[in-house]
Amino acid sequence: MQYWDPRIETMPQEKLHEMQYRLLKNLVYRLYSFSPFYQQRMKEHGVHPDDICSLSDMKKLPFMRKQDLRDNYPDGLIFYDHEELVRYHVSSGTTGKPTVVAYTARDIDNWTISLARALSSTGLSRGDVIQVSYGYGLFTGGLGLHYGAERIGAIVVPTSVGNTERQIELMQDLRVTAIACTPSYLLHIGEVAERMGISIKDDTLLRKAIVGAEPWSEKMRERIESWLGIKAYDIYGTSELSGPLFSECEAQAGFHVWSDFMFTEILDPDTDEPVLPGVKGELVVTMLQKEGLPIIRYRTGDITAMEAGICSCGRTHPRLQRLSGRVDDMLIIRGINVFPSQIEHTLLGIKEVGEHFMIEIDRVNSLDDMLVRVEITPLAFSDKIPDLIHIRKNIENQLKNQLNVSVRVELAEPGSLPRFEGKAKRVIDKRSM
Amino acid sequence: MEKESYLIKQVSLFSENKPGRLATMAKAFLDEGINIKAFSIAEADGFGVIRVLVDKTREAYDKLAELGFNVAYTDVIAVIMRDEPGGLYEIAQTLANASINIEYSYAYSGKDKAVLILRVDHVEEAIEHILNAGFNLVRQQEFL
Ligand SMILES: [Zn+2]
Repeated sequence: MQYWDPRIETMPQEKLHEMQYRLLKNLVYRLYSFSPFYQQRMKEHGVHPDDICSLSDMKKLPFMRKQDLRDNYPDGLIFYDHEELVRYHVSSGTTGKPTVVAYTARDIDNWTISLARALSSTGLSRGDVIQVSYGYGLFTGGLGLHYGAERIGAIVVPTSVGNTERQIELMQDLRVTAIACTPSYLLHIGEVAERMGISIKDDTLLRKAIVGAEPWSEKMRERIESWLGIKAYDIYGTSELSGPLFSECEAQAGFHVWSDFMFTEILDPDTDEPVLPGVKGELVVTMLQKEGLPIIRYRTGDITAMEAGICSCGRTHPRLQRLSGRVDDMLIIRGINVFPSQIEHTLLGIKEVGEHFMIEIDRVNSLDDMLVRVEITPLAFSDKIPDLIHIRKNIENQLKNQLNVSVRVELAEPGSLPRFEGKAKRVIDKRSM
Repeated sequence: MEKESYLIKQVSLFSENKPGRLATMAKAFLDEGINIKAFSIAEADGFGVIRVLVDKTREAYDKLAELGFNVAYTDVIAVIMRDEPGGLYEIAQTLANASINIEYSYAYSGKDKAVLILRVDHVEEAIEHILNAGFNLVRQQEFL
């Protein structure tokens, strides 16, 4: 195991918590004293920095939402003097105003250190050639990975996105060993390479991929690893947190969140109460050392779960599972939180049905009733009714095991369910109609 | 082989229980000039299976698949029944004696004969027992 900073990365958890508390205390005092926004927020919320006497007092602090960043566009939340700032990144708002993130030199440095630890934990080091195929520019992916890769002494090929054939040529000519890109772009590279008569597995030195910035699944990882012959590591971060910050280590068992940079809460989106390790909830983050744009209890809207126990790599920092959806998509069925992504994930493992599905929720005799409609594939079609009922029962059982709530399944004809371009609207909730 | 000549290709299709699915199928057969010789619908809650014997099996299958139906060929056999009380009993008893399970069946009774269509678990044994018991089986080409 190679650590970038063994002292921090393997620091006992109590020590990490002490460090987090000190950083938090310092942060709230600073913000209360010098940030009109935070002072007002804390006053409205009836909390004073003196009330923060332990890490668990974190829950006394008010939440922050994406809307706060939009409302304060462009620079209402920027904390440091103009002269201290060295960079802006801007995320394009798909809805509403964009959000601006400002960085001090120390912010850039911490961001880079975070990625240096992450990249090292995937086994990359000096001598590796890393192709950065995330976009360079206002988006944080390209520049973030670029700095992180340089910091560990790797050679960077800053290809950014596009011109895939050229990317593949460079990958061969410059003996690229790792790539950072979205999972779908990685599969696209594989397909284009095949059309060019090049096998990524046999004709290149590519062995690792750092993938993220869009949802992906374990199934996709298996496909990438078996087809392209490379190990794929999940990476997480959004521009509000600086950019991509954390990745899985070689154990591929959730991404390590560096406790000295970020305090992690996983909350039930409904009750705002913390959930146990292994249980899914909303990721709420506090950036303990960020300067340009401080972030306290920021509701990311991302759904994940904390992995229990210490990682086999020896790093003591907590690990989070690959994101499994957005809070906006969450459904509450008989009091239980259900995510369409869980249903999607379950269906992917059932060969008798296709990937398309629809969810209909209604209230029957004052009880929530969830119906999942799936398409039966031609290969699975039997003209014997008991076989079909058996298939349906099996899907119902698997969904129940996964969701902890019983579900009715309806078999639909292939091609009969709606197809979506872009964001899918798979849920029809009749309870509110 | 002799027994295989008695296997009849039935076209089966999966259908949701919603208005118009049968009409869609029937219209497709009309357009293609396909004649239905025997037909049944089996229904469960939420979905059904339509089974047909037609004169132009291949055309029927291709047309339905093209329309997006979930469609399959299934081997069935067709036994000529005595068109009088006890006709069904004789055949059912013959198969029961041989411990052959009928997965489903349907029948039609025309001017000249009554025919029982059977889907069984051990089709070759079933053919053997039915022939040995003196019944006649209809071949696919006789449906043309
Ligand atoms: Zn680890």
